[in-house]
Amino acid sequence: MSTGEGAPAAVRVADWGWRYEGRSAWAVRGVDLCIEPGERVLLLGASGAGKSTLLAGLAGVLGGDDDGESAGSLTVAGRPPAQARGTAGLLLQDPDAQVILARVGDDVAFAGENLGVPRDELWMRVRRSLAEVGLDVPLDHPTAQLSGGQKQRLALAGLLAMRPGLLLLDEPTANLDPEGVLEVRDAVRAALEATGATLVVVEHRVAVWRDLVTRVVVLGADGGVLADGAPDAVLADADGELGRAGVWLPGTPVPETSVVPEGMPLLTAHSLAFGRAATTRSRRRRRARAGAATAVPVGHPVDLEVRAGSAFALTGRNGSGKSTLALTLGGLLPALGGELIAEPLLADGASSDPASWRSRELLTRIGSVFQNPEHQFIAGTVRDELAAGPRALHLPTTEVDERVDELLDRLALTDAAAANPFTLSGGQKRRLSVATALATRPRLLVLDEPTFGQDARTWQELVRMIASLRHEGHAIVAATHDAEFVRAVGAASLRVDVAEVTA
Amino acid sequence: MTLVQPLRTGPLATLNPVAKLGASVIVTVALLLSIDPVSAGVALILELVLLAFAGIPVRTILARTAPVWIAAPLAGLTTVLYGQVSGTVYVQWWAVEISQGSIGLGAATALRVLAIGLPAVLLFVTIDPTDLADGLAQLLRLPARFVIGGLAGLRLVGLFAEDWRALTLARRARGVAESGAIRRFLGQSFALFVLSLRRGTKLATAMEARGFGAPGQRTWARPSVFRARDWAALGVALAVAAAAVTAAVAAGSWNAPLG
Repeated sequence: MSTGEGAPAAVRVADWGWRYEGRSAWAVRGVDLCIEPGERVLLLGASGAGKSTLLAGLAGVLGGDDDGESAGSLTVAGRPPAQARGTAGLLLQDPDAQVILARVGDDVAFAGENLGVPRDELWMRVRRSLAEVGLDVPLDHPTAQLSGGQKQRLALAGLLAMRPGLLLLDEPTANLDPEGVLEVRDAVRAALEATGATLVVVEHRVAVWRDLVTRVVVLGADGGVLADGAPDAVLADADGELGRAGVWLPGTPVPETSVVPEGMPLLTAHSLAFGRAATTRSRRRRRARAGAATAVPVGHPVDLEVRAGSAFALTGRNGSGKSTLALTLGGLLPALGGELIAEPLLADGASSDPASWRSRELLTRIGSVFQNPEHQFIAGTVRDELAAGPRALHLPTTEVDERVDELLDRLALTDAAAANPFTLSGGQKRRLSVATALATRPRLLVLDEPTFGQDARTWQELVRMIASLRHEGHAIVAATHDAEFVRAVGAASLRVDVAEVTA
Repeated sequence: MTLVQPLRTGPLATLNPVAKLGASVIVTVALLLSIDPVSAGVALILELVLLAFAGIPVRTILARTAPVWIAAPLAGLTTVLYGQVSGTVYVQWWAVEISQGSIGLGAATALRVLAIGLPAVLLFVTIDPTDLADGLAQLLRLPARFVIGGLAGLRLVGLFAEDWRALTLARRARGVAESGAIRRFLGQSFALFVLSLRRGTKLATAMEARGFGAPGQRTWARPSVFRARDWAALGVALAVAAAAVTAAVAAGSWNAPLG
């Protein structure tokens, strides 16, 4: 077992930097930072400033010389992190990526097993950690059945079972609905009170963590530390540096959209039932074996009238079926019941059932933007990615180039035109996937979590773009957790689990 | 998130997965030595009798073993039509030749598929992957890094299926769902490959963040114990195998090269 287990750990970073193997630019460099045991630090910086890399370095999971090159020095509790396994616990952003075993108790016990904790003490720690994060489920409960917020608390319990002296949280609530965000924040607070551990948390949205942290550190985009001090002093942002760096500051004004006149109806849903239809043969067989109906609708049936220039936000908890409804409205999944009618203005000569349209017919009518942009990339460069839709419509080359150049410019992707879409940053990928849908100018745009992973600056760009699309007469339907986005684009809210429209 | 949930009831579920694996191997090896109807038939009858005491509902047995019931007659029929010719030839048409010998071989093959397939499927559907990993690492001393890594990776299989679905829908949304089926399939496969690497890397990071690969002796939260009943299961498997071989040798139908 490691020495000093459970004691709050000190962090010493001296002129530290890291460059990933095969990259010419340093992911992070020139960082000097001293964190005393028990301090709670919020780490901020523009996207690309290397916050996640610093956390991974502190957790000792960056790897060795094969994985990259380091500069300067970095210690946790007086030792290099790779030699202090179990001293630092790292919680990542994606709840699904952190579930390791099939049963809750086993998953929490995993870290203790790796560190050689004796069996009796191990199960004691498992129970205590689950209690600390308030996850009240049986030890043999399947991890697959947990909600996003529960999965993050499970992962946190797994870390606490190591009795770490340093907790590292990398955007732990970015994927969660508002209820899940509070669940995780409160679990972290309770865990810190119980253990007194040192905390370093990275999060774009400052408001969630502001009351919990005792210090704010801002990394500069070009290396080094931009600002460091008490939360109130740093977040006052006297010289506007944080705002320019894309940090979300509390009280940043949200742009409000002026009222947009609505036009003719485009898409109408009457008692629309939606769900994952049985599409493949193996799937059907599996369902038949389980003795269930072939396709189970999720949520209540939905009534909705989408008009030109209107905007709807599909809200509700993770797993309520927002994404499935978005796919159904987008003509990608068949309706399970009720009606989904494309009105003449939208159908434009095609049939009234979007699910029966050919793939190419969808392009000019309904554009869908998926939750994970990587699912939608089909080309080797950003330029080809944007050109794919217009080319499928057989537009003349000059017209294709014109549209692509305009979108590259509008979404600040011109410098990345020759890059492979998979190598872009999270924020750039999201903007590119929105742009690919815009390239064929569909009348209706269906977006799934459009603002996910954006910093304050790119968020504003996206909101401005979507607001201007409304003014041009495009209709917007967005599945989202982001209440500020809903307000900023002036969308009417459709809460999916109760299926009532509130304007 | 495994594709099929393991059965957790009945005496089979309480056996150590390593014992089930061993029992299955014993019967399979004995039946692969010779291709004759007697050894397979005797093994199958004994297995069906044992099955009656296993406490698994008949409906469940039929549902889970359906592939074996379909595969066995097909394998037998293929052998009847195309198998090695000997004895009287009844039908001859193109490559098809039905002879006395090929009918015998066909029956032996069908029985063999059943006798090997039924116990294997029923033993495996009652295995919980976590328990199997515990057994492989603690009892058979396979390297923990390899076993646990495989177990964690198994969970990703369900996510790959979801990724593939999303990729398919996304291609429809991008307007390319109708053109160039082969090219699209290759492109989609490559995208899935990239996504899988991403998921694998992320999972590895999450595991390392929880001390996976730390130097020092690993402990096990769940002891994997080989009990008397596990030895008994191996004994039963040996008895079935021995009875089958003895009966075949006595009947003179045993045709193993070494027998």
